[in-house]
Amino acid sequence: MTGTEIAKLSISQIQAGLKARKFSAVELAEAALHHAEAENPKTSAYLHFSPDRALASARRVDEEVAKGDELGPLAGVPIAVKDVILTAGLRTTCASKMLEHYTPPYDATAIARLEAAGGVIIGKTNCDEFAMGSSNENSAFGPVRNPRALDRVPGGSSGGSAAAVAQGTAVVALGSDTGGSIRQPASFCGVVGVTPTYGRVSRYGLVAFASSLDHIGPFGRTVADAATLLQAIAGRDEMDATSAFAPVPDYQAALSTPVKGMRIGLPREYFEGLRAEVGDRVTAAIDVLKSLGCEVRDIAMPHTKYAISTYYVICTAEASANLARYDGVRYTIRSSHSETLTDMYRNTRGEGFGAEVKRRIMLGTYVLSTGYYDAYYLKAQKVRALIARDFAEAFQQVDAIVTPVSPFPAFKLGEKLDNPLEMYLSDIYTITGSLAGVPCLSVPCGNTPAGLPVGLQILTRHFDEAGMFRLAAAYERTLTSQS
Amino acid sequence: MKITEKEVRYVADLANLRLTDDEVHRMSAELDQILTHVDALNELDTTNVEAMAQVLFDSSETATLREDTVRPTLGSDLATANAPLAAAGCFKVPLVIER
Repeated sequence: MTGTEIAKLSISQIQAGLKARKFSAVELAEAALHHAEAENPKTSAYLHFSPDRALASARRVDEEVAKGDELGPLAGVPIAVKDVILTAGLRTTCASKMLEHYTPPYDATAIARLEAAGGVIIGKTNCDEFAMGSSNENSAFGPVRNPRALDRVPGGSSGGSAAAVAQGTAVVALGSDTGGSIRQPASFCGVVGVTPTYGRVSRYGLVAFASSLDHIGPFGRTVADAATLLQAIAGRDEMDATSAFAPVPDYQAALSTPVKGMRIGLPREYFEGLRAEVGDRVTAAIDVLKSLGCEVRDIAMPHTKYAISTYYVICTAEASANLARYDGVRYTIRSSHSETLTDMYRNTRGEGFGAEVKRRIMLGTYVLSTGYYDAYYLKAQKVRALIARDFAEAFQQVDAIVTPVSPFPAFKLGEKLDNPLEMYLSDIYTITGSLAGVPCLSVPCGNTPAGLPVGLQILTRHFDEAGMFRLAAAYERTLTSQS
Repeated sequence: MKITEKEVRYVADLANLRLTDDEVHRMSAELDQILTHVDALNELDTTNVEAMAQVLFDSSETATLREDTVRPTLGSDLATANAPLAAAGCFKVPLVIER
């Protein structure tokens, strides 16, 4: 099997190919690994590969094929995993010097579930250090390049996972999203990226950044592939007390449900200040939704402009607490020249963390410190309630909210690196959904005149991933039928 | 000026983070810019708004509790396997108490 063939495979084609014995899972895994390793120097999407683990998974699938057993929904599918999700015995670095040599003793629940479904993990992907960033330039091991335009960023923080799927070196990938870290890179790289409802996917084994905002979610080249991966990993897990009890419906059934009569809200606050080249594509996509019979209306979400401030208080406060565990005692790195315990903590953390992680720990420590807690942290928690109320009120009038994902397409490497605030402001449209905990996704909606991908964001009510997939798939079909 | 270099050094101590003089200098400017932006939150009257302490939870508060039964755990050898310095299933740290 050639690299070009692998780059176009869908999950359903893999299922059919395995059943018809057109290829074995081991052949597919070997070809996928070979292709990914050969292509990686162009983008640095992967930090390391896992050939032994991939081939072991593939052999299990081939045994099932030989026995005529029913195949798992991800049987033989080459999958890339963001390097913030723990894989037992396979290095998990969070793209940080702090964890450069860390080998987890257990698997994340999402990993265990996708492998139980027959998935084949071929490697761990690059990202911003501890998932903190919007461009993937904060990786301690070097940036990722956007496969659609190699002088541009892939977005972040799950830039490597988005790039791997866009480049065709993995069929689907797992990422994590705290304020847009799946949707924004999906939009920059021209793939589908899904942030499920808060609690829909267990975070057991996801290295914690901001626990009230962290999500695991899938990337795919199609809505159907992303939905299949989410289906395999979603649902209650007793190892994560915040994981939801809500039953997981059949997402595939939703994909072919017509969208006529679906009520769609356009929050006017999301259409101010975006670049015309993005706005034009999003407006064209909304016209397509109208032509499919959706009822489109304007809505107001008045607290949108406070989302960035709210987010960067809450996420940094939580990060400062979560990252306190990297103390030079438990996780591989210890500064070699420290006399006292306190010196050891301070030197280890000073040497192990990169600039953005330090900045967020500092901001978070500051907003939680005596005298500032009420003014910043408590205030932000209250404004978060107002932002969540905007969504609750909107979803009384409409079934889905449609917006741009990012105000601009992929920017050039280095372009925003010297201005942290400007980088934070680029998350404006994705952060609100994260704060409210609603499901949201990015689906490609064409390219700018310069050929850069643009993403359309769809948000639905808590636990209504099915409605989100339904709308995204209906839109996607109109693009496929044009090409 | 919302945050001085002296305050940056104080917060760095609270966070157990060693910063170079250059980092302190840059950090105070960057944090100042971010905190000034965050001040916009004060435009909103939140007197009667309850803080959002829970994102959402679709079940009763005790639903996550399981039966109190003994289960296998990682074990100390595996749990200390990534430690920079460990022995006999324990983490080793610099001397804390003089004898």
